[in-house]
Amino acid sequence: MRPFAYRRVEDVAGAVGQPGEGHRFLAGGTTLIDLMRLDVERPAVVTDITRVPLAEITEHEGGVRIGALASMTQVAEHGLIAERYPALREALLASASQQLRNMASMGGNVMQRTRCPYFRDVAFPSCNKRDPGSGCGARAGHHRKQAILGTSGACIAEHASDASVALVAYDAVLTLQGPGGEREVPLREFNLLPGDTPQVEHDLREGELITALTLPAPIARSGVYLKIRDRQSYEFALSSAAVVLRVEGGIIGAARVALGGVGTVPWRSPEAEAALTGQPATLETFQTAARAALAGAEPLEENAFKVPLTERVIVRALMQAAGVDA
Amino acid sequence: MTHSVWEAPETGELPLSLTVNGVQRHLTLPVQASLLDTLRERLHLTGTKKGCDHGQCGACTVLVDGQTHLSCLTLALSCEGREVRTVESLAGEGGALHPMQAAFIEHDAFQCGYCTPGQLMSAVACVETGHAGSEGEIREFMSGNLCRCAAYPQIVAAVRSVAGGQGEQP
Ligand SMILES: Cc1cc2nc3c(=O)[nH]c(=O)nc-3n(C[C@H](O)[C@H](O)[C@H](O)COP(=O)(O)OP(=O)(O)OC[C@H]3O[C@@H](n4cnc5c(N)ncnc54)[C@H](O)[C@@H]3O)c2cc1C
Ligand code: FES
Ligand code: FES
Repeated sequence: MRPFAYRRVEDVAGAVGQPGEGHRFLAGGTTLIDLMRLDVERPAVVTDITRVPLAEITEHEGGVRIGALASMTQVAEHGLIAERYPALREALLASASQQLRNMASMGGNVMQRTRCPYFRDVAFPSCNKRDPGSGCGARAGHHRKQAILGTSGACIAEHASDASVALVAYDAVLTLQGPGGEREVPLREFNLLPGDTPQVEHDLREGELITALTLPAPIARSGVYLKIRDRQSYEFALSSAAVVLRVEGGIIGAARVALGGVGTVPWRSPEAEAALTGQPATLETFQTAARAALAGAEPLEENAFKVPLTERVIVRALMQAAGVDA
Repeated sequence: MTHSVWEAPETGELPLSLTVNGVQRHLTLPVQASLLDTLRERLHLTGTKKGCDHGQCGACTVLVDGQTHLSCLTLALSCEGREVRTVESLAGEGGALHPMQAAFIEHDAFQCGYCTPGQLMSAVACVETGHAGSEGEIREFMSGNLCRCAAYPQIVAAVRSVAGGQGEQP
């Protein structure tokens, strides 16, 4: 690993205001240290924020406010999360391993980089995310695990976070503290589609720190996170769905559907939600919604299986959330 | 607003104080040193193993402030003031084995033994933190520790035997 200048800060004021290029925060380190050792990340300056007191989880206007340095374990095990945001709890518990969940922070989780091997391995010459203009190795190469939604000619790298899928389903908002003050950005808008600039992944301005994630009161408490992967644990999603349904008298009053393992960003599906709202909570409705969610998919040869797989994942998650039997 | 920032010099070695297995240690380290390399190369605690060095195998599992962490992905300098426990802390006076170590032998829970130090640290934490209530719960808590020799059923049996009452349900 290349050497770097190391700063250790004790509070938010010490953390904000670093120049954007060549600077990284060290939270759990589970993305950063890994990618530095792979020589993909090469920061000149690393600011260690592990001691900044931002790990609190508190009730907030019927919802919850999660400090950016709360660990994945801490959030998964918190009573408020289990009670109000079960899909987030399930997504966290289905992520990584116990050791990684103990280390990793929520802020770092939403900032984690793709697992696309063409990005992670500097021996591959082509990756527009790592080296803009060099091409997309995955399009021409192997792409079984890459995205089918939100892709561009320049990049098909999948967004790998499970928690972010549940967070977008619950309308999470990030609080960002910069040298000039604080602003709030919905997570849905924070993650940027690759387009022609896949190296620009987030709406994070120079010098900004994520200080909190706020979830408004959920539309219902019946959330489900369903994750399908190559092995049962300690593996990223091939396809996943976070769904929340409010059903009254057999009719769906409100719905939230978000997908993981298939999008270049955590993928909220307004198409599926529109197909559900106002309809009876039946298998047929769920199948229609699943097809609507995948209508815009652009699969390639090796990842075409993700289209039918994801439709089934959505249907099963909706059936679980509605308590409907097949 | 007052704040403190500690800026290390750009090159050379930096100071670190931490507790390892109950002993206070004061070191100077290269900025990029991992906790794993520090334990093995500087403190000569070679019980903790390096498998992948990328967070993918669990061989390097240690306890940091009582929780399982991967020492390969832990920057040593971030452990300032922390308490680290390695596999060397398990055996008692005169080499008396920890109940988990004894259970691993009793249940034949290893073959080559390379993953065992990491397995033991996760297993101890699994029981200590109350996650050994069922076989499924143990398997999930321990899934970050790969075993190339596939001793998984025996490892689960060893953890269940130590968890005792905790491990009664199927
Ligand atoms: C083997 C392995 C398996 C995994 N499996 C899964 C999985 O199944 N599902 C899943 O969702 N994830 C998985 N992960 C990813 C893991 O969840 C992330 O690495 C982790 O959440 C990142 O958090 P961190 O605190 O360690 O981030 P760090 O590595 O400390 O930081 C990552 C990035 O975020 C930035 N950052 C951190 N905190 C802030 C902040 N507060 N404000 C602004 N920027 C910030 C840093 O500058 C850095 O660029 C896995 C990781 C590994 C290594
Ligand atoms: S050596 Fe740390 S997880 Fe493999
Ligand atoms: S005993 Fe050989 S790897 Fe586990």
